Amino acid sequence: MSITSTEINTSQEQVTFDIAEMSGNYVARKRRSRIMEGILFTTILLALVPLVLILFEVIRRGASAMNIEFLTSIQNISLIREGGGYLNGLFGTLYMVVIASVIAVPLGIATATYVVEYSDSKLIPFVQFFTDVMTGVPSIFVGLFIYIVLVQRDGIFGGFSTLAGGLALSLLMIPIIARASEEVIRLVPGDLRNAAYGLGARRWQVIMQIVMPTASSGLITASMLALARAAGETAPLLLTALGAFKIVPELLGKPQSALPLIIFNEARGPFEPAHARAWAGALELMLLVLLLTLIARAIDRRRQA
Amino acid sequence: MNSDTNAYRRPAGISKGKSTVDAWFQLALALAGASVLIILAAMLISTTINAWPVFAHSGWSFVTSADWDPGISRTEITGSYGALSFILGTLITSTIALLIAVPLAIGCGLYLTNIAPPTISRPLAYALDLLAAVPSVVYGLWGLLFFVPIFVRPALKLIADTLGDSVPFLGSPVVTYNYAAAGIVLAIMVLPIITAITREVMSKTPIAEIQGAYALGSTRWEMIRDIVLPRARPGIIGATMLGLGRALGETVAVAMLIGGSQRMPTTLFQGGQSMAGVIAITFQEASPENIKALLGIGVVLFVITVIVNMAARLIIWATGGRVEGDAAV
Repeated sequence: MSITSTEINTSQEQVTFDIAEMSGNYVARKRRSRIMEGILFTTILLALVPLVLILFEVIRRGASAMNIEFLTSIQNISLIREGGGYLNGLFGTLYMVVIASVIAVPLGIATATYVVEYSDSKLIPFVQFFTDVMTGVPSIFVGLFIYIVLVQRDGIFGGFSTLAGGLALSLLMIPIIARASEEVIRLVPGDLRNAAYGLGARRWQVIMQIVMPTASSGLITASMLALARAAGETAPLLLTALGAFKIVPELLGKPQSALPLIIFNEARGPFEPAHARAWAGALELMLLVLLLTLIARAIDRRRQA
Repeated sequence: MNSDTNAYRRPAGISKGKSTVDAWFQLALALAGASVLIILAAMLISTTINAWPVFAHSGWSFVTSADWDPGISRTEITGSYGALSFILGTLITSTIALLIAVPLAIGCGLYLTNIAPPTISRPLAYALDLLAAVPSVVYGLWGLLFFVPIFVRPALKLIADTLGDSVPFLGSPVVTYNYAAAGIVLAIMVLPIITAITREVMSKTPIAEIQGAYALGSTRWEMIRDIVLPRARPGIIGATMLGLGRALGETVAVAMLIGGSQRMPTTLFQGGQSMAGVIAITFQEASPENIKALLGIGVVLFVITVIVNMAARLIIWATGGRVEGDAAV
């Protein structure tokens, strides 16, 4: 890294300031440093407390309510009675996440490829910038958008449906996949591309036959992490999938259920049986997210090895 | 296909390939790249058009009045729509979240980059990233049935009893689910992203300056205070704004913990409602004109968060490129 003149200037100011202070008692300064380091250590302990509390409580209360019936049966219509499970929610979540991936994975990877491989285009800074901005769009707003363009309409695509929920999730996944894929594609060595060009390959051939296969495991990781994120989303589904009490295989025309939706609805009531199921559902959802994340990391580790 | 980088096949059909394929291929990728811009524009335009009757009906009172009384008409706007109490709810919870999360994130970032040895800092950073992987509905459930009634409420009651008379906005009564409770859980939720970016900018401190400070006899804290913190300041500001964007848009956890009241805030310990929360909670039972009003709230929320996010990204870009990693999205 090159040092610019301003940096030298600031450094010099720093030096005079430091020397003035350093004429003080070294033992006292050393003690002060120890105390501050202790405070910094405390902040990280404080930050980890909630993580421990969440994991502990979800596992404790979730495991006590989790059983075979919960995993294999569909939702109990009554919040007051015990029994029933979240199978319809698990089915809906997986269904919509798959739909979302079918749309978001190609689009996200294509966006990333464009940004890296066609970096001479004037559009690139805008695409990069607005991809970053899009990661910050409130998820409930994405739900509102899909409600307007799809759910609100008449006809075959109208109404609350699996497709609407999947589309909402895909819009949340695209920027995440695009960002992560961009990092992966950048790691493909330029020598490989040069060698391919040297053999007479065209640009699309270099991309499809050299860059994509080389980056494939990293791209899978990027997609899986986005998928894990999407599986835990609640807000956009309230406005697009709505929720259902049975397993809904239809893609169109029928409201769909999802794990987070059921947890949200059952937790808000005052009834103990529903609360117990919500904890079990939370455990199930966290395990699903964790599983997806672990698979992604495992693929990533194999790539880096 | 084999992902071994040394063993790729010679591309087939080089001599036959027409440049038109290249052109089409580039066009397809460019369209995909542009899709992000198109989607964002479509979002803003379609929601604004649909919410327009409410904006036209309420004018500026949509954001300056707290009178929210939805009508039940299918075709016209008959109710009164002033979203001020929801806007304030969002701002109050986000502010509380940042006041707690930012100092913690700076502390965590400094500890992870400058004090902990790599063998400790790596697993700790990983654990903090794990906080970002917890779905927000799980935060909501956990806060609703465990954290807020058992830990937060007694603490807030203590604050109200000791400081309530002398400090404004901290008075009794303390209801269980309130602005402060939602803000505290929100702080936990935005902590990972702020920490991830703070950590990243702090790790970019030039090693020569660090060594220089030590060579001049600085203690570790003096080095951090004089070298690391001043350099990281723009990055910390960017990270804070990014955290703000997240906090403003967070929906279900806040909706579950904020108490669900339409009253204007007078203390931090009363129930309220946020912009995203009122959309999530009332949307399913809303009349057609009420839905338009909720869309209006969505548009206001979208515009605020996008401006905050754009500012945040510009600041972070200016400090030396984008931040990588999962927690940063």
